[in-house]
Amino acid sequence: MRDPGLYDYLPYADRPEIRWPGDARVAFWVAPNIEFYELDPPRNPARAAWARPAPDVLNYAYRDYGNRAGFWRMHEAMQRCNMRGSVSLNVAVCEHHPEIIQACADSGWEFYSHGTYNTRYLMGMTEAQERTVIQDSIDTIRKHTGQKLDGWLAPALTYTDNTLDLVAEMGLTYVCDLFHDDQPGAVKVRQGRLISVPYSLEMNDVIVYNVNLVSPRRYADILKRQFDRLYEEGEKSGTVMCIPLHPYLVGQPYRMAAFEEALSYITGHDKVWLATGREIAQHFNDHYYDAFAQASQAVGEAP
Amino acid sequence: MSIPDSYLTYANRRYGMDHDRYDWSMLPRRKPVAWPHGARVALWVVPALEWFPLDMKGVPFKPPGAMQTAYPDLRHYTLRDYGNRVGIFRVMQALDRHGIRASVAVNAAVAARYPTLLQECVRRQWEIIANGQDMDHLHHAGLALADEKKVIEDTLALLRKATGQLVRGWLSPAKSESPATLDLLAAAGVDYVCDWVNDDMPFAMRTASRALHAMPHPVDIDDYTILVQNHHTEDDFRDQLCDQFDLLYKESATQGGRIMAISLHPWVIGQPYRIKALEDALQHIMGHDGVWAATGSEILDAWMAQQA
Repeated sequence: MRDPGLYDYLPYADRPEIRWPGDARVAFWVAPNIEFYELDPPRNPARAAWARPAPDVLNYAYRDYGNRAGFWRMHEAMQRCNMRGSVSLNVAVCEHHPEIIQACADSGWEFYSHGTYNTRYLMGMTEAQERTVIQDSIDTIRKHTGQKLDGWLAPALTYTDNTLDLVAEMGLTYVCDLFHDDQPGAVKVRQGRLISVPYSLEMNDVIVYNVNLVSPRRYADILKRQFDRLYEEGEKSGTVMCIPLHPYLVGQPYRMAAFEEALSYITGHDKVWLATGREIAQHFNDHYYDAFAQASQAVGEAP
Repeated sequence: MSIPDSYLTYANRRYGMDHDRYDWSMLPRRKPVAWPHGARVALWVVPALEWFPLDMKGVPFKPPGAMQTAYPDLRHYTLRDYGNRVGIFRVMQALDRHGIRASVAVNAAVAARYPTLLQECVRRQWEIIANGQDMDHLHHAGLALADEKKVIEDTLALLRKATGQLVRGWLSPAKSESPATLDLLAAAGVDYVCDWVNDDMPFAMRTASRALHAMPHPVDIDDYTILVQNHHTEDDFRDQLCDQFDLLYKESATQGGRIMAISLHPWVIGQPYRIKALEDALQHIMGHDGVWAATGSEILDAWMAQQA
């Protein structure tokens, strides 16, 4: 069996206790995916960029809506809720749409990498090629925002066996690619420390709207139910909730009000830490990384 | 499987778009638009009259609503045609009640097969938008330029002759386009195209000849997507239309005129159990002050008159 063995086993019922800053029960973060999809990208043998032959103007334009219109609505709604974003960034947006980058930077948002374009996939790349892509992200984010790149979510969730090893080796501190937990944890990499910060597919508007096909009001209900439970459990040990967003989806006029209502509900709680991905990774690294590592069991190993 | 190093080069990585068809532009940073009579939201209702051939080939892909079984797929063929025989008349009644003139997207095949239906639309002073030849004539890169030109010219000629209208708007079947479609449309006298879903307002597109504009014709909130693809209830559809309107109406208070476009497929929304969702949404929308129910050409002309 081919298994990259990315993490050890650590049962939810029996773990070191996490305390978030301000005695918060939930570390809550919002991760807008600011993306650029190319109209006619080169083909990766493992995956076509578009469902239709080029030019797929319908699907291209749908994504473009996010940058032209949806982003600005989402950004305003987050401002009204005092919620900073942790931008999952196709770094080429720095060149294509610097106004968006500026608006995020002015609001004190974090930028982390979601690859160069959402239409350039990692599958099939050599280690050297993948290093080039990661270095491009580090350099572009530094150049356009002044920020050190700490986080990673692979472009369009595409990988090689080396991806997580390489981002750790190149100085990033956390990844959003693993969906195995409601708390941060260690990722086993060749060298360095890498933390998995819970992102989410279940709360992700792409999955909710494009895969599960739910209505906007139902999405708001899902978000509130998720939060309520994590808030309740967070009294015992701190949990993490992430809402990954895509402005082309959440920013549609008919979806905004329901989303903002849910966001306002969540951020209106007392014991919620309105954080960024970097801050959650840092806090976990400083206080719990070692205790979690010690308590973990290798796969197949009895405690 | 290996990836050539050229995969890591980005020829169009630059300010703005990765093509030259239109400029990058941010909705909230544009000059606000003022609609006639101080209206806040222009209501643009676009039913589509579609004909899906029974022996459709689905090249280069099957459009939404395509035949699904081996020939003859009578159930899907006739259910689509239900829209042209019955469903559209329920839509007409719902719109007539509020004096709303639709902009109806018509396959040339529908106009040729059901001339009476086309006259019903013209009699209501609805605007006719060309919706291509039929739902199996998609526009794509594999189509010879001369063939695509002929489809466009024949479609427009038929609709112009049958209606006496200029036919200024175009909606490609399934919003399909080849790299040449916009150039061919502009050369054929089309003023606006409804294939692009990247904006809530009109915007200028570049063609090889004359000016062409994109009009904001949505797909993700149309009746087919919400009711057939997403399996939402009729009440859900009504709520989403109302929520769409409410947000645009609110935005218009600070950002200038907005457009509420409602895309409909009479074979979907015209079913007896569904039509009330449209009626109730229209009741909600028309119950507001400052709603201007207009056709695509009227909205585009008002918008263009304000562009410096």
